[in-house]
Amino acid sequence: MYAQLVDTGVKRLKTLEEMSPQERDFQQKIDAEIKIEPKNWMPEGYRRTLIRQISQHAHSEIVGMLPEKNWLTRAPNFKRKLQLLAKIQDEGGHGLYLYSAMETLGADREEEIAKLHSGEVKYSSIFNYPTLNWADMGTVGWLVDGAAIVNQVVLQRTSYAPYSRAMIRICKEESFHQRQGYQILLHLMQHGNEAQKAMVQDSINRFWWPALMMFGPHDSDSPNSAQSMAWKIKRMSNDDLRQRFIDQTVPQLELLGCTAPDPALKWNAERGHYDFGEIDWSEFYDVVKGNGPCNRDRLRTRRRAIEEGSWVREAASAYAAKQQQNNAAA
Amino acid sequence: MTDWTLFEVFVRSKHGLNHKHVGSVHAADAAMALENARELYTRRSEGVSLWVVPSALITASSPDEKEPLFDPSDDKVYRHATFYELPKDVGHM
Repeated sequence: MYAQLVDTGVKRLKTLEEMSPQERDFQQKIDAEIKIEPKNWMPEGYRRTLIRQISQHAHSEIVGMLPEKNWLTRAPNFKRKLQLLAKIQDEGGHGLYLYSAMETLGADREEEIAKLHSGEVKYSSIFNYPTLNWADMGTVGWLVDGAAIVNQVVLQRTSYAPYSRAMIRICKEESFHQRQGYQILLHLMQHGNEAQKAMVQDSINRFWWPALMMFGPHDSDSPNSAQSMAWKIKRMSNDDLRQRFIDQTVPQLELLGCTAPDPALKWNAERGHYDFGEIDWSEFYDVVKGNGPCNRDRLRTRRRAIEEGSWVREAASAYAAKQQQNNAAA
Repeated sequence: MTDWTLFEVFVRSKHGLNHKHVGSVHAADAAMALENARELYTRRSEGVSLWVVPSALITASSPDEKEPLFDPSDDKVYRHATFYELPKDVGHM
C-alpha cells in the first residue's frame, strides 16, 4: 500500500504464555480493541514497526506530490489548475499529519527524512511511474487515490491512536481527490475527441497494474503480515484489500467505457468477486529496489527541495530570534 | 529546522464549543506556528479559532497513574443524577 513490505523484525508470533506480563497486558488491550496512546507502554517491536510504517506512509504522501506537480503548469484550464493545486496541498498536509503521528513514537522527523533521501526507507512503488499525459491526472486521482482510500479506510481502525486519528482526517479529505480524478476522465470520455479518449485508455493501461501492486505482495509472500495483524497495526490482508479495490473499481471502469489491460478480468458469480490475472511481481520488486522509471528522479527532486529551501528555514529562525529580542527590549 | 519548536494545535470548530486538540506543527515561533496550523488544520472551514501551545509546556498525567487518578470517581455513583430514584409523579427533574 502506501506502506509496502514493512518489516516487523518478528519471524514467529509469541503466544500469550510466552509473553512477559507487560507484553501480555499490551496484547490483551489490543485484543479488546483498546487504542494505544503515545505514553502507554508498548513492545519495542511495535514501536519500531509503527515508525517504519508511518514514516513510509508519510514519505509516500510527500513524494506523491511530485508526479502531479508535473501537470500544474500544463493543466488545460484555470479551474483544473486550482483543483490540482488543492489536491497537492492536501497531500502535503497528509504527509505532515503522519509525520506528527510518527513523532509521538519518539522518532525524529529530520532523521526519518534523511533516511528517505539516502534510500534507506521507501515510499510507495506507485510514485516511481511517470505522468505522461493529462489523463494521468485523472487516473492517478481515481485509481491511485482510490487504492489508497481502500487501505486507509481500514487503517482508521489501526491500534495506535495517533495513527488512527491521522487516518480519519485523511479519509475525510481523500474522497475529493478520487472524485476530481474520475471526473477528469469522465469529462474526457464524454466530451473528448478520439485522440483524447485514446489518451484516457492509454493512461489506464499504464496505471492499472502498478495500482494493483500498491497493496503489496500476496499474503503468502508477506512474512511480516502476521505480526502486524496481531498487533492490529494492519487490519486487513494485502490480497483482501486488493480484491475489495478491484470489485469496487471495475463498475467505474465500465461506466467510463474503458477496459483494463487484463484479459483475465471477469466477474465470478460463484465467488461474488472479480477474478483477475497475475501481477508481474518481478516488476514490483524491481521498482521497490530502486529501478523504476522515476526512482532516481524522485529522490533527486526531494533532496534538492530540502537543500534549496534551507535558506528559507534559516531566515525564519533568524526572524523569530530577532522578534524575540525586540519583544524583550520593548 | 532542528531548533524549531513543536507546537500542539487546538481548533475551535464552532462558536460556543471548546477548543479541541487536532495535532501538532513545527515552527520557528508562535506566530509562524499559527500560520502553519491554519494551513494544515483548517483548509476546509474546520474552525473559527486556533490555539498553539509549545508541546514542552504541557504537563500530562501518566498512564501508570490512571487508576489512582480516575478510579476513585468510579465508585461515587451518588454523584450521578440517575442514582436518585424518584416516584413517577415527580415528573421530569
